[in-house]
Amino acid sequence: MQTPAPVEYAKATSIADAISRLEALGEDSRPVAGGYSLIPMMKLRLARPETVVDLNGIAELRGVRVEGNELVVGAMTTHADVLSSAILFEHYPIFREAEHVIADPIVRMRGTIGGSMCQADPASDLSAVGSALRGNAVLMSSSGSRTVPLREFHDGPYETVVQTGEILTELRYPIRPGAGSAYEKVERRAGDWGVCTSGVFVVVSGGVVTDCGIGMAAVNADHYCAPEAEAMLMGKAPTEENLAAAAAAAANEANPIADQRGPADYKRHLASELTLRALRRAVAASQGA
Amino acid sequence: MQVSVSINGVEHSRDIEPRTLLVHFIRDDLQMRGTHWGCDTSNCGACTVWVDGAPVKSCTMLAVQAEGSEVTTVEGLAKDGGLDPIQEGFTECHGLQCGYCTPGMMMTGRWLVDQNPNITREEIREGISGNICRCTGYKNILDAIEYARDHANSEVSA
Amino acid sequence: MTAVEEVPTSAAGNPIGFGRMVRKEDVRFVRGEGNYVDDVNLPGMLHGAILRSPFAHAKINSIDTSAALELPGVVAVVTGKDLEGLGLAWMPTLSYDTQAVLATDKVRFQGQEVAFVIAESRYIARDALELIDVDYDPLPVVADAKKALDPGAPIIRDDKEGKTDNIVYEKWEAGDEAATDAAFAGADVVVTQEILYPRVHPSPMETCGSVAHMDPVTGKLILWTTTQAPHAHRTVYALVAGLPEHKIQVISPDVGGGFGNKVPIYPGYVLSIVGSIVAKRPVKWMEDRSENLMSTGFARDYHMTTSIASTKEGKIVGVKVDVLADHGAFNGVAQPTNYPAGFFSIFSGSYDYPAAYCKVKAVYTNKAPGGVAYACSFRITEAVYAIERIVDCLAAELKMDPAELRLKNLLRPEQFPYKSPTGWEYDSGEYEKTMKVAMDMVGYDELRKEQAEKRAKGEYMGIGISFFTEGVGAGPRKHMDILGLGMADGCDLRVHPTGKAQIRLSVQTQGQGHETTFAQIVSHELGIPPEDIEVIHGDTDNTPFGLGTYGSRSTPVSGAAAALVARKVRDRARIVAAAALECAPDDLEWELGRWFVKGDPERGKTIQEIAMAAHGSLELPEGVEGHLDAQVVYNPPDLTYPYGCYICVVDVDPGTGQVKVRRFVAVDDCGTRINPMIVEGQVHGGLADGVGMALMELIAFDEDGNNLGGSFMDYLLPTSMECPDWELGETVTPSPHHPIGAKGVGESATVGSPAAVVNAVIDAIAPFGVRHADMPLTPANVWRAIQGNPIRTDMAVE
Repeated sequence: MQTPAPVEYAKATSIADAISRLEALGEDSRPVAGGYSLIPMMKLRLARPETVVDLNGIAELRGVRVEGNELVVGAMTTHADVLSSAILFEHYPIFREAEHVIADPIVRMRGTIGGSMCQADPASDLSAVGSALRGNAVLMSSSGSRTVPLREFHDGPYETVVQTGEILTELRYPIRPGAGSAYEKVERRAGDWGVCTSGVFVVVSGGVVTDCGIGMAAVNADHYCAPEAEAMLMGKAPTEENLAAAAAAAANEANPIADQRGPADYKRHLASELTLRALRRAVAASQGA
Repeated sequence: MQVSVSINGVEHSRDIEPRTLLVHFIRDDLQMRGTHWGCDTSNCGACTVWVDGAPVKSCTMLAVQAEGSEVTTVEGLAKDGGLDPIQEGFTECHGLQCGYCTPGMMMTGRWLVDQNPNITREEIREGISGNICRCTGYKNILDAIEYARDHANSEVSA
Repeated sequence: MTAVEEVPTSAAGNPIGFGRMVRKEDVRFVRGEGNYVDDVNLPGMLHGAILRSPFAHAKINSIDTSAALELPGVVAVVTGKDLEGLGLAWMPTLSYDTQAVLATDKVRFQGQEVAFVIAESRYIARDALELIDVDYDPLPVVADAKKALDPGAPIIRDDKEGKTDNIVYEKWEAGDEAATDAAFAGADVVVTQEILYPRVHPSPMETCGSVAHMDPVTGKLILWTTTQAPHAHRTVYALVAGLPEHKIQVISPDVGGGFGNKVPIYPGYVLSIVGSIVAKRPVKWMEDRSENLMSTGFARDYHMTTSIASTKEGKIVGVKVDVLADHGAFNGVAQPTNYPAGFFSIFSGSYDYPAAYCKVKAVYTNKAPGGVAYACSFRITEAVYAIERIVDCLAAELKMDPAELRLKNLLRPEQFPYKSPTGWEYDSGEYEKTMKVAMDMVGYDELRKEQAEKRAKGEYMGIGISFFTEGVGAGPRKHMDILGLGMADGCDLRVHPTGKAQIRLSVQTQGQGHETTFAQIVSHELGIPPEDIEVIHGDTDNTPFGLGTYGSRSTPVSGAAAALVARKVRDRARIVAAAALECAPDDLEWELGRWFVKGDPERGKTIQEIAMAAHGSLELPEGVEGHLDAQVVYNPPDLTYPYGCYICVVDVDPGTGQVKVRRFVAVDDCGTRINPMIVEGQVHGGLADGVGMALMELIAFDEDGNNLGGSFMDYLLPTSMECPDWELGETVTPSPHHPIGAKGVGESATVGSPAAVVNAVIDAIAPFGVRHADMPLTPANVWRAIQGNPIRTDMAVE
């Protein structure tokens, strides 16, 4: 098995401690969360930090709670806890549906939502979910905290706006009464990255769509979302025809690249097909709510 | 750096490089060979151990991260020389052939049953989807874990 | 001779003979006390790591190892130049080709071995790899086997004097071309299909590796290694490295899965030996998973243009196959010498027709060497896939139910032993009976009804059948050898004075349960309880010579040897018993565990009593020595022919192309079943292989020769989620020429299952006009097939 390059290790005892260490160590340091993204990259020697700062001891970074009209998820909350969270499931079943198809049950016990977001894999399911829900990321540094909309959080494949000396502390998602949500994913095998995924929320009120969000992963949609498709659906009745049109529009906002998971035409087809299926279920959930 | 990890209830202190992976610490530094490894990308699960009671792929954790934690490996399953029901189950149900994935598979299986003593077969099937076996085709492994569920108070066999 | 008789139970609850019993070897495995090669730890042991080429084809201008040598903890760095001086830069393959141990002039596949670091720890060894500076000049690449013979294609094996093309061999053929052409010419219906069996990999959970300990004082080499054939390896090391064979001890400890991956000798093993000689300390080399996938023996890669001819009523009259075989950069296939395409010519299958012909052309490409592996029974996986796929294509053409078409053509019991059109003599079979069992178990007619109802609603399910016959248990020495070593296997049995026994095998289990099944064979013959019989294997100093375990040969060959050696002991026991009972040996009769006087059953001696008597003071007849030991080398008279009928049921989502395997029924006939629990386990594992290959396993390459299946993120193995609860059935048709009627079963399910899954998927999407699509049928490929544009899977997706 492959082995990491030499590295130093420090265990952060608090958020403030983590921030000050990372700032002092500079850009050759990396925070480690669950480790299931960073450590494999270190073993392949694609990542070669001089120091890793372990965030696993910072209890205040874990947990799910409601705060006003937002759902607040600590960055170090594990996938398993996001999956089983009754609070998240109550408002947005999309979290449970997405977590169910992320990695495998063992990885989910330690891998974190914050780690996933910061890894920014083009196939990142939670990035699609976060963009769909138009959530926000809270980042902290020695200069204080700032909030970045998740639709502005990513800066390209494996790149985010998190700066050296800064850590992601929370994800925040607006609560939307009456929302229905759903997640669809096609993968070649259980646990694989998606060939294409689509996660949506819809609020149907007075017979029309009053709010919606469409997120997609693995098909190279800008910021994992399809704003034009969303705009097309707003104010419209959620008929099959209108949903299909929105789904087709979402596919046009994808820029899929051929790889061993599939050719571009297939991925683009999936973008439409999966968005349509997700929309149907989200609409049904909203109307049933 | 000096690292102190408790494994199966016994404290072990060693001076190791921080980059040492937990699986190598267990196997090479401590000579406990029951935990295996089978890939480079954290997919196969052969290296599964528990850290503070939760399953972890030990190839994807630095040993130093287990400082102060209680690690459980396959060697920690048997009690007083007798077998745990999960080990009995794998024997009775022919849940292993080459034995290489077996320690990791049993650690996951034991944990699944501990978490949910009423776990269903389909839940077990999903629960072991992070442990790959190349020999058994999984059916007997599911039987073996169901055996552990159904023999919770099994008499420990010598 | 069948396993249906009542078998008494021992004190420990085990059958004294054939039957279900838990495995004796499990005791150590469930405690994590197995002993695999990476568990071997010797005082002073060093660790080796291999530097591998990132290029598929490139000239090596220079290799600078100076920085690596300066890294503290690095003991030595070996390059091809160093090995050239020792005459070890190249080594023979199992196919009489040569393979570079470390590249000298150029590299010929991505992942090829270029340098070997020996260091104090595995971490330092890998650090040192990064410090070796290799200057490459990339060369044009041959990645597409179909382009290997294009004019102007780069010549890969320019190490061979006068080589001007990429041909491994131009033509190997079997069957009767003229008769087959005539049959086709006169046929009502001819169907032709290009069928690819793509490159896949056995990928056992334990990778390959070795610990070499050359004792500098005694000159004895002990090599712990992941091998399925310890004795054959020992002899080859003696021939290759010029080491005296009596000073080489190869130990295969516990092996974490083989599946053919651990048959070849890999450069890493040779390098660990060289390392131990150079460093005068033990050297361990364990490859990582990407090395395993990228450089060790792959499987398949057969492009098969397959044609079938029949009457319009569906009576098959002929089958022919034209194969392009991709062997990679070195011809490293492991199969008997006279069979350069393995046993592919068994492609004529399980059907009754007179004319069949195949020809095979093999080419070099810039890919890792191999081809015969992953439970292929020497290319029978390819053969069965071709015939079972083309039979379904014929059924579609004739608009005939595929079960009906098969039943119309299956060989009949009275035709056995059956001489096939390509020269194989199938020993026994009741094919229709087995197929009917499978069809009943799966509820075939109800499934077809359900399919029709679903289609009317726009839902798509498929039913796929695979009926396979394979030939295993290689093989008769005069026809079958590997590198000149005849494929006969030995067995030594000793019964100790207190009646306990040790049997020493030449074959090597990698999970098949030999420590249990071979004890059961001896138990069956001698009546000694299985718990009183120890099975010894894996150490060449302590076991008889043989060719090892692969091609499902352990039961047919070594199992026969075990039965015969036990019978030899039983015959000797008769003489000793007669001496003890003061009668003639002919006066004695045998019942399980005991010789007794005919007509006076109270007077007898148990085998345990006889064992003590043989070693005691009893006066023995002239010429009879005082022991109860025997030795047999079994030269099989022929192969054995296990067979089966598999039926797979799938549901396909045409909107996404996703396939769900709903059910899989497998009815196997492997003759006598020594331990049905173990037989079932073998079948389960092979069925998972079929799901894996049919739906997800693949090593593809891009035009630059980059390996696209080099980790478990890309080389996808089936998990519990993709595997249904297998439904198994059996029929038992013993082999008439095997001492216990057993045929072997280790690879049957891997051989038979891919066609069942593929046939099911194609059956599901047939309404869209799909007749064929190549494995793996990933969601993308299924969807594209539905659109009429299936994906070419051996090359990068475009």
